[in-house]
Amino acid sequence: MTDHSSKQYDIELETLRSRVLEMGGLVEAQIRAAVDGLASGDLRALDHVVAEDHRVNALEVSIDTECSQLIARRQPAAGDLRMVLAVIKIVTDLERIGDEAAKIARMGKQSYSRARMPSTPVAAVKHVGDIALGMLRKALDALARLDPVAAASIVREDFAIDEEFRAIVRQLITFMMEDPRTISQSLEILWIAKAIERIGDHSKNMAEQVIYIVKGTDVRHTTVEELEREALG
Amino acid sequence: MSEELHFDNPKLKVNGLNFYYGKYQAIKSVSMDIPANKVTAFIGPSGCGKSTLLRTFNRLYELYPGQRAEGEIRLDGDNILDKAQDITLLRAKVGMVFQKPTPFPMSIYDNISFGVRLYENLSRGEMDERIEWALTKAALWKEVKDKLNQSGNSLSGGQQQRLCIARGIAIKPEVLLLDEPCSALDPISTSRIEELVDELKADYTVVIVTHNMQQAARVSDYTAYMYLGELIEFGATDNIFIKPKRKETEDYITGRFG
Repeated sequence: MTDHSSKQYDIELETLRSRVLEMGGLVEAQIRAAVDGLASGDLRALDHVVAEDHRVNALEVSIDTECSQLIARRQPAAGDLRMVLAVIKIVTDLERIGDEAAKIARMGKQSYSRARMPSTPVAAVKHVGDIALGMLRKALDALARLDPVAAASIVREDFAIDEEFRAIVRQLITFMMEDPRTISQSLEILWIAKAIERIGDHSKNMAEQVIYIVKGTDVRHTTVEELEREALG
Repeated sequence: MSEELHFDNPKLKVNGLNFYYGKYQAIKSVSMDIPANKVTAFIGPSGCGKSTLLRTFNRLYELYPGQRAEGEIRLDGDNILDKAQDITLLRAKVGMVFQKPTPFPMSIYDNISFGVRLYENLSRGEMDERIEWALTKAALWKEVKDKLNQSGNSLSGGQQQRLCIARGIAIKPEVLLLDEPCSALDPISTSRIEELVDELKADYTVVIVTHNMQQAARVSDYTAYMYLGELIEFGATDNIFIKPKRKETEDYITGRFG
């Protein structure tokens, strides 16, 4: 791509993109630590996730500020404008993912403080957590490379997460019916699974924004087929 | 070259227009529709041909030897480049406002009545009404109604420009050509004139040349991007500024040009 007549403008746009990827990296690490900590019962790791959430929030505020300064100073147009608008939305999704990671860590700690977690549902939660983490990684990678095809592939994976989530719910219901003493803990596992399902949704939103940046089309709230057509076309 | 955007009853229809300054070809095979009662902006770097193109619409170039146009420009279906066209009548239908305000060295009143008198025979009362109407439309009436006898030159730059616009619309043209009308004005005057342009399109077809891209984005409904005499892209302004079709257009409006 040709450079701006103003080198400073190019630097500002590049800096913006790297900061978003930096925030993405931090959020990835948070999810990894939360899910692994949950599976292994490492309470210190879970504490650390909760403590680090403020750094994710600080990045959201700082990147949003950079975006508003860029808009005020440069009045970006076309592709540059779409990039800045998409960054504002992506950063919101990343901050929410950060919140979900902290939620998983908090719930996990709460649950462990009462009793050991039942292995089968925890394994299922770790499995769906791994899928969600994979989706986030792919979304950030698609953003880094501005690759709409990679972004489109993430959208289908969200269906897989929804399926897995429903399976976990069924499993937990069975547990709760068999032994009412497991209800509190089962509910905690349910919230955790829900948080992971939300991470999948947010990653999908980010993928939609990557398609918007590259193709200029808003593919939110369309069918998967329409989205793929826009991304591949 | 660019994807054709067509309108059902365009006010102006340009077909394969070529323009020459002596041997130099300044406009190369340009075709476009100018929609009625909308504001169309021409943008592009210096020397791209946007002002040249604008000036073919009222054959202003004929004042200068060695300049010639080939092709067709249809105004409501009639080819204005046809030798048989009455050029005075054309310039009554297609008015122009220039970059530097050009009030005549006469009173504010006479600045406007001068042009009207060339085309119409109005009584004193009718002329007064026409002048008030034109100055009101140009958002200048309140400021000058008590000093219509004063020289047009006594006004500020922004007011002079609005006087020129009033003068242009007083003869009731159908098309208004604005050639960088705000380049010599301060931001507040510019803002007033941009608002005026928005109101004018209810009654006129407006074509504006501007080198200020944000202005084109603010005031126009359609934008044409030109480069080296060619029409690169023509489209709805929203599309041009959010998702242009051509990379050349994107490079220009994002400042990656050159």
